[in-house]
Amino acid sequence: MSERTLPLVFINLGGEMLYILDQRLHALNTSDDNSEKVMNDIVGTMFGKDFMDELLKPQQLYSHRTMKTVLTRLAHASIMRLNPASMDRLYELMVMAFKYQVLLCPRPKDLLLITYNHIDTIREFVKDTPVVGNKVDETHRKIIEIYSSLPEGEFQLLRQTLLIFFQDMHIRVSLFLKNQLQNPNGRFALSTSGPVPYGMDVPGLIRTFDRKGREVRRSEFPTGGSYTSPIRKGCFELHGDRVIRLGMNMYTVNHPEETHTSKAHSVKVITDDTPNLLAKEELNLLARLMGSMKADDMPKTETGFQINLFTTDQEEEEEPLFGVINIQAMQDEQAATQLAQIAGQFAEGEEQPENLSSSKGDDLLAMMDDL
Amino acid sequence: ISMYHKEKSIQVKNSASALYNNLGVLRIAPRHLTYFTVVHANVVNMVSASWDGLNYSHRQLQSKEPNVATSTSLIMQAAFCPLPSRDLLVVTSQKGIQMYESDGSIMVYWHALDTPETPTAQAVFARGISAVRESYICVGVSSGAILVFDVPIKGSNITLSEVLKEHKESITDIAPECSGQPGMECIADLVSADDGGNLCVWKSGEDFQLLNNIPGFDMSCSSVKLWKGTVVAGYGTGQIHLYEAVTGILHAEINAHARWIYSLDIAPFSGLLLSAAEDSLVRVWHLTMTPETNSVEVAHLHNECVTDTQICGAKFCDGDGYAFAVTGYDLSEIIRYTQS
Repeated sequence: MSERTLPLVFINLGGEMLYILDQRLHALNTSDDNSEKVMNDIVGTMFGKDFMDELLKPQQLYSHRTMKTVLTRLAHASIMRLNPASMDRLYELMVMAFKYQVLLCPRPKDLLLITYNHIDTIREFVKDTPVVGNKVDETHRKIIEIYSSLPEGEFQLLRQTLLIFFQDMHIRVSLFLKNQLQNPNGRFALSTSGPVPYGMDVPGLIRTFDRKGREVRRSEFPTGGSYTSPIRKGCFELHGDRVIRLGMNMYTVNHPEETHTSKAHSVKVITDDTPNLLAKEELNLLARLMGSMKADDMPKTETGFQINLFTTDQEEEEEPLFGVINIQAMQDEQAATQLAQIAGQFAEGEEQPENLSSSKGDDLLAMMDDL
Repeated sequence: ISMYHKEKSIQVKNSASALYNNLGVLRIAPRHLTYFTVVHANVVNMVSASWDGLNYSHRQLQSKEPNVATSTSLIMQAAFCPLPSRDLLVVTSQKGIQMYESDGSIMVYWHALDTPETPTAQAVFARGISAVRESYICVGVSSGAILVFDVPIKGSNITLSEVLKEHKESITDIAPECSGQPGMECIADLVSADDGGNLCVWKSGEDFQLLNNIPGFDMSCSSVKLWKGTVVAGYGTGQIHLYEAVTGILHAEINAHARWIYSLDIAPFSGLLLSAAEDSLVRVWHLTMTPETNSVEVAHLHNECVTDTQICGAKFCDGDGYAFAVTGYDLSEIIRYTQS
């Protein structure tokens, strides 16, 4: 489907990641120096020219496994080290937040406003480091240049591609549940009231015309909702009022418990990773993205600090970074069915490529093992 | 008393993807069965449901991959093509067009799309499926082209008969004249719609003839129908427009939905119209033609709200509109409604 999803996926998922990291770093009383260094290093790598250029090439959206691998590497571009359980929680939060934003996006084109909300906040995080701030601006300009002129139909295709990527994910996030954005069954709440998207008419009117184009009748029908006129248009430029609030930072320093994902009754799935099940194309993308995060941008590990992002109820498991499918105890049939579907979906989704006998394939596999 | 009431849903093996017109329905009267299709990523879920509600059988069709080293080919649409001699199931994806016998048991034809070696910014896919007249199946492509396939009475000797190049933007939906009135001569046989909202009206034949081009207004027409010479078009703006097909005269304009429309359907014997959108609502309307004045009237009859769901498919299950079925993004069921 759409070949233009990757830049938006990384900026938005990466943005959510930074929101959560920022909140947790503050909640854990990390020194200002360390916090700033972590943010600058991650943002600098994420918005680095080589990495962005790779993302901007037309290509398919690959699996969660690939996305998580690259985002983990991005997080580790800083002096911070996340344990595997933290990275899993982080990815769940990021993805559910972005899923919510894409689903609720009023018009497909407003995906850009959501992206710009993330960029605006990221710019704030690194405002004291002009070198990194410039990279953010540069990327923002490129995004404006490439995406601004796309027609709505193309944005809807992009959105539909993203929705397939998020399909069947219903992990409950305590912040969403608390604000009633999400139901206890993990599905997001959709309203049938409020302002219609910019450029649309409030439903309820039928107009009939004669053959000369003159309106001859006007009648109203009950809409089953209570809709109002659209609010003003958001700004699609480098700076400005985006109007839409989706994509803004939901996490505050004062509510550390909000970054919890709900464990009981939910299905936790860590993607199974056996490198030779990735399609060759996907491995190639992974290699290119990893390669584009320059080695000298990576800090020395001796100066790093280990961070446990989230307090968990159960003991930390000593798992490899990408473990096997880990299934929580479930209590109702619906969750069991859902699990079967999700497990089935991941199993069916695995590619069975021909043996990667070429040396290039072996190098890629070796690289995966090193992670 | 509400016009329709909810029946028992049909469970599907996977959830529906957010794609336009994501529900196929084929009524097999002699066997008291109805087939349903719902697309999930690279899979088509087929359910065969007996009318007595006692028997359900499931089948899954995969998109055809040219080779295993490439990533999955996502399916854009699956639709039934009922022809006088046979019914086929057509599945369109990023890589090409698959045609099956209507029960999904055998693939009878595969047409590969021209995909570039390295991906270009313009996505490549097929979308928009319609049977036309006695023996044609038309399929739209992302370039705007419409492929016309000639289908023999039986067997797999399906051939590409013509390529219609009129649309400049990706095809979204194609629909045949469905008045269902034997002996009624309809001038137009087919309508096609694209991402710019442009509508083309065609006469089928050995060479398809363009009868009219109704310009859009830079807004995607996601679903289109043709009934008794009237085009009914649903747009991303939530509006429905009714046009006289051959002249392009606008009969009516409805501010129908608060979000992007994903599916329209018409029950040809009663003139009932079904519309469904991302705003969680399915609406039932009634169209009345007045031949003397060549005018069309629209009346709103009924609403159904599928809570917290962005609807992606809605179709009548029979020609009178006695029952209809609905699919929604992330839902693993086909929701059904019947007249009270």
